[in-house]
Amino acid sequence: MSLRNIGIVYRKELTEALRDRRTLISTIVVPLFLFPVLSVGFGALAISLVGKAKQESPKVMIIGGEDSPGVMDGIRKLKTIEVVPTQPNWKDQVIDKKVRAVLEIPSGFQASVSAQQSATVNIYNYQGELKSELAVDKIEKYFKNYQDSVVKERLAAKNLPETVLKPFEIKQENVAPAEKVSGAAFGGIIGYMVILLCMTGAMYPAMDLTAGEKERGTMETILSSPISRMHLVLGKFLLVLTAALATAALSVLSMGLSFSVLSHYTGKSGGGNAAAAGLFLKLGPKAVMSVFLMAIPVAVLFSATLMTIALFAKTYKEAQSYLTPMTFVVIIPAVAAMLPGVELTSRLSLVPVLGVSLLCKELVTGTYHWNYIAIIFSSTCLYASVALFLAIKMFQRESVLFRS
Amino acid sequence: MIEARGLSKYFHDKKRGEIRAVDNVSFSCLPGKIYGLLGANGAGKTTTLRMLATILEPTEGTAVVCGYDVVEAPEKVRAHVGFLSTATALYPRLTSQEMVEYFGRLNGLDETTLKKRVDEIFNRLDMNGFRDRRCDKLSTGMKQKTSIARTLVHDPPVMIFDEPTNGLDIMTARTITGFIRECRNNGKTVIFSTHIMSEVEKLCDTIGIIQSGKLLAEGTLPQLREKYSERDLEEIFVKVVTPHYVAEEAR
Repeated sequence: MSLRNIGIVYRKELTEALRDRRTLISTIVVPLFLFPVLSVGFGALAISLVGKAKQESPKVMIIGGEDSPGVMDGIRKLKTIEVVPTQPNWKDQVIDKKVRAVLEIPSGFQASVSAQQSATVNIYNYQGELKSELAVDKIEKYFKNYQDSVVKERLAAKNLPETVLKPFEIKQENVAPAEKVSGAAFGGIIGYMVILLCMTGAMYPAMDLTAGEKERGTMETILSSPISRMHLVLGKFLLVLTAALATAALSVLSMGLSFSVLSHYTGKSGGGNAAAAGLFLKLGPKAVMSVFLMAIPVAVLFSATLMTIALFAKTYKEAQSYLTPMTFVVIIPAVAAMLPGVELTSRLSLVPVLGVSLLCKELVTGTYHWNYIAIIFSSTCLYASVALFLAIKMFQRESVLFRS
Repeated sequence: MIEARGLSKYFHDKKRGEIRAVDNVSFSCLPGKIYGLLGANGAGKTTTLRMLATILEPTEGTAVVCGYDVVEAPEKVRAHVGFLSTATALYPRLTSQEMVEYFGRLNGLDETTLKKRVDEIFNRLDMNGFRDRRCDKLSTGMKQKTSIARTLVHDPPVMIFDEPTNGLDIMTARTITGFIRECRNNGKTVIFSTHIMSEVEKLCDTIGIIQSGKLLAEGTLPQLREKYSERDLEEIFVKVVTPHYVAEEAR
C-alpha cells in the first residue's frame, strides 16, 4: 500500500474538483446558499404571508339576524372582519373566494338565548382555505366571548361561583432540559439531513471520477501509468468521501447560521419559526459532532457504493440514470426513522442507513446507548468495507473498465 | 525490447460467443527500431498494444517488456513504457504542466528530478507558451504535444503508439511521426499500430500485418516485397489479408 500514490491521485482529483463548476455547486454552493434560501427565506415568506392574511379583514356576509340587533351590532363593530351586504349567490361567492365566510343567525336567536333555549349559529366556509378559516376563527372568537358572557350572567343570576363550570385547571410544564427538547424536535431532521446530503454530495464526484473519466477518454491514459488500480480507486474514493462529508458539514453549518439569523431578527416578534430556530440553536456541539462521527462510515458506504455503480456506466448520463433511483433507496429508511414511534431496536439497528438515522435521533437528545452505538458503528463500517472492496474489485475488471 | 509470446485475448459476447480478438501472436521489437503493426479496423491492433501496456491482461500467452513479464509484473512494465493513443485524452481541468507533472509523480519521480525533466521536455517540445493553460483550452496540436510530454516524462525505454495520428490534421500528425522517429534515434524500442500505409512505409523497420487477431505476415518492407512479389505496400497488405477477410465475411 503506497500512501504516496494515493495522495498523488487525491491531490490531483481535488485540484480538478475545485476547478469544476458542477462539483463546486453541488458540494459548496447548494448547501451553503440554497439551504438558507429555502428554509429561512421560505420560512420568512410564509411567516409574512400568514401574518398579512391575519391582519387583513376578511369579507363576511350575514344571513338573518334582523331580530337580534345586539348580536348584529356587536359583529358590525368588529374590526377584524368586514361585513358586506348579503347576496343570494353567497355560496358561489365563498367558492370564488370573493367572500371568506357567511354567518347564518337563526330567527329569534337573541330571544332564544335570553329564554335559555338552545340555538345554533352556522358559519359557512371554504374548508382548507387559509383566509376562509381565519375568518371563521374571528367570528367564532366573537361568539365564544358572547357565550362566556351569557354563562357568566346566568351564574351570577343564580349566585353560583365560576368554579361550578371549571372545577380545576390543567397545566403543562416541561422538565426536560432545553437540549433534550431541541433533540426531540430536531433529532430526526438532523440525522436525515446529514445522511441525505452525504449522499447528494458524493453523487456528482462519484460519477465524474468514474463514468465521466471514461467518457472524456482519460481512463485509458491513467491506466497506462504505473499506479496500481487499488491505489487509483482509493485516491478517487477519498475525494468522493471528502465531497460527501464537506457537503454534510457545510449544510449543518449553514442551517445553524440561518437559524441564528432567523431567531435574531424574528425573536422579538415571537412566532413558531423563531421559537423553533431558538430550539435548534440549543443543540450542543457535542450532539452535532456525534452525529457527524456516525455519518463517517455512512459516507464511506455511499461513496464506495456510488462509485461502484457509476463505474459500470459508459457515460455520465448513463451513470445518472443508475444513481438517481439510489436516492430513493436512501431516503426511504432515513424518512422511516423520522416517523413517530419507530424506535431503535437491535434488529432495526442492523438495517443500513435506518440504524444510523435512528441512532442520530437519540444522539442529539444527548442519550448515548453505547451498545447500539457499537453495533451500528461496526455494522456500518462492515457494510462500508464491503462496498469499498467491491469498488476496488470493480476497478480491476476489464469488462467494466472497457465496457462497450 | 518487447517480446510477445503467443499473446492471446478472448472476449465473450452474448450473441457471438467467444471472440478471439488476438490469437496466438508472437513477435519481437528491438531497441532503436520501429515495429509497425498494420491492420484494418477491428483486426486486433489496439488489443495487442493494450496487452503490451498492461491495460488489458492476456487470456493466454504473455509478453516480456524490458525484462518484465506483463502478467507477473504489470506495474514494473508500465513504469518502463510510454503509451500514447488517440484515445488517451488529457484531464481537461489540469494545466498542460500539471498534467505532465501528475504522470511524472505517478512514475515515482522525486520533485527535483521532476522539475528538471518537465523544464527539459517543455523546452524541447517548445511548450512554454501554454504550460499554464488548461488542457480543455488547448488546440489539437498543443494537446498532442502535452500527450507526448506526458509519455516522455519518465524517459521510458519502450514507446507504444496506438494509431497515434488517427483523426489528426496533417501538421499535427507530422509532429507525432517526427516524435516517433526521434524516439528511435534515441535508442528506444518503438511499436506502433496504424492502418495508414504511407506511415508504415516511411517509419517502420519491421512490419507485422494483423487480421482477425492473427499475425499473418512479418518482415522488413524489402522482405515483404520479395515474398509477395508486389512493390506497393497496399497491394501486399490486400494479398495477405484477403483470404482471411473472405473467410471471416463468410462466417
